[in-house]
Amino acid sequence: MTNTDTSKKWVPYLLLAPGALWLALFFLTPMFNLGATSLYDPSGSLETGYVMNGHVGNYADALGEYWPQFLRSFTFAAIATVLALIIAYPLAYAIALKSGQWKNILLVLVIAPFFTSFLLRTLAWTALLGDNSSFVHFLQDIHILPEGGRILATPFAVVMCLTYNFLPFMTLPLFTSLEKVDPRLIEAAGDLYSKPFNGFHRVVLPLSMPGVVAGTLLTFIPASGDYINAQLLGGIKNTTMIGNVIDRAFLERGAYPTAAALSFLLMAAIVILVATYVKRAGTDELV
Amino acid sequence: MDQIAGDLRLVSFRKEFGDFVAVDDIDILIPKGSFFALLGPSGCGKTTTLRMVAGLELPTAGQILIGDHDIASLKPYNRPVNTVFQSYALFPHLDIYENVAFGLRRRGVKDVATQVEAMLSLVELDAFARRKPSQLSGGQQQRVALTRALINRPEVLLLDEPLGALDLKLRRQMQLELKRIQTEVGITFVHVTHDQEEAMTMADTIAVMNQGKVEQLGSPMDLYENPKTTFVANFLGQSNLLTGEVMDRGDFVGVKVWGNHIKIPASRVATTNAKVWVGVRPEKIYISAESNHAHDHLGNQLIGTVLERSYIGVSTQFIVEIPGFLDDEKIMVFEQNVDASEVKAGDRVRISWDPSHTFALDAKQDAYAGDVLAEAE
Repeated sequence: MTNTDTSKKWVPYLLLAPGALWLALFFLTPMFNLGATSLYDPSGSLETGYVMNGHVGNYADALGEYWPQFLRSFTFAAIATVLALIIAYPLAYAIALKSGQWKNILLVLVIAPFFTSFLLRTLAWTALLGDNSSFVHFLQDIHILPEGGRILATPFAVVMCLTYNFLPFMTLPLFTSLEKVDPRLIEAAGDLYSKPFNGFHRVVLPLSMPGVVAGTLLTFIPASGDYINAQLLGGIKNTTMIGNVIDRAFLERGAYPTAAALSFLLMAAIVILVATYVKRAGTDELV
Repeated sequence: MDQIAGDLRLVSFRKEFGDFVAVDDIDILIPKGSFFALLGPSGCGKTTTLRMVAGLELPTAGQILIGDHDIASLKPYNRPVNTVFQSYALFPHLDIYENVAFGLRRRGVKDVATQVEAMLSLVELDAFARRKPSQLSGGQQQRVALTRALINRPEVLLLDEPLGALDLKLRRQMQLELKRIQTEVGITFVHVTHDQEEAMTMADTIAVMNQGKVEQLGSPMDLYENPKTTFVANFLGQSNLLTGEVMDRGDFVGVKVWGNHIKIPASRVATTNAKVWVGVRPEKIYISAESNHAHDHLGNQLIGTVLERSYIGVSTQFIVEIPGFLDDEKIMVFEQNVDASEVKAGDRVRISWDPSHTFALDAKQDAYAGDVLAEAE
């Protein structure tokens, strides 16, 4: 017994090794580099090279200059997350508890958008919401939109498309946790004098909280850092998200220290927001 | 809700699922305060019946009366009926206290704390009040499920295979416990089970169901001693069923079984047909060596050969072949192990039983009805 026990001790490490190696190479190393870059002297450039002088001021400068974009990113992401939750919850509920033999087909339909690239789908939205699209003309005709009014290049377009793009990430975790809800618990709630909505509120909703938390995280985190939606559907003003700022700082302006500092600030902000959220949501069973 | 009270009656009660008739026009009266069992194999319609009383299924036709009120169209949450679900359906996210308090809170009852605490200490679960259901044993969960339903003081408590998930020993213990609780609270219990022993131990009245119909309704003793159909004869315990033909009728009915004359009290003959199944329970038969005439006074007797003898512990079981009988009419005899049996396999034996332990059923019925089902469950 002891012999087999000791000889098997290395097995978990062996199983961990490929993942650990991968992360060390492609996550920890770049992170370390990024951290170092964020402390370079900002007066350098790609051509002349950077001097490492522990310039913590990069962070203060980045935050001072770009806090509106930070705020906008989190606002857009939060609105998209809430919208996705409102759309996905009934959908996931219906698939998990009411769809019967259609369950698998409906699930495939939820995943179907992944068969085309994220970029293509977002580009398609530029056509759908474009100034000459029938949707925009329709809104103009019924006077929801003024003559010559636009949807493209507005915050509305960006938030709509964020919601659309992250909907499957909200739906799937919700589906998973709703599917685990034993239908007899709903019957038991009814048997114990709960009207249908009350039974939902007291039994189904609490039991699906792990799915709600997982879904909102999977939507909110990537949506906060996203720049594709704002770039393709946004305008010059009012739609720039922090992802776009970082993108331009790195690729257009070559302001590496600022870009790196912004990246770290974004990461820190997300970690703090998520930690607070998970704590408030109080789902100990999540992990 | 309080005015809905009294006996529970199902009137011309029917449920169809598409072409399938799950419950076929049954009429049952369940007196207030009684312990009633619906017994039958899976698919016989007993659970569907229960779910309709609970309001979880809608009947295709018929009435569910409590006293004079037809509750068939009421929503589950408006019925004075609570259910102990199969495998309990306790709310996993709520602790025991909140599970038990659930019904009271939904009805807006005032003194929830007092009632829940009193109830929990009654069933000796007060120490577990703040635990989650998953932290309790099967037997404890069962008690929580019962408490959660009973605390609402329903007119009728429905129990859907309540002991099915427990091991044998605990099941026996809970059977007595359930019976005691029912006697104490005086609430009508309707208990669905496929376990004949469970039904017989607890119920005052049993309805044996088969293919959506009530085969027979009566006290456990009545059903066992005097089955009216082959299904009941086979599903409740075991029966020897022999081909017989009625020769004469009087206070006792004379029946010829392959040339042997058997007497049956007229009250125990369930058919006017001349072709009958003659039934006798294996434990009612005495077995002795052919030369032993000690049981001759009993009245019904056959001579045969022991094919098999097996020692079971509480009893010894014999299979006896009677010359002239069909192959599947071998007679089963259970003998209590009080003294060592004088009979061995291969011996010629005399088997005897009292006419008052004999019954006769319509030969048109399938001799094996309920037999395989009772085995399979």
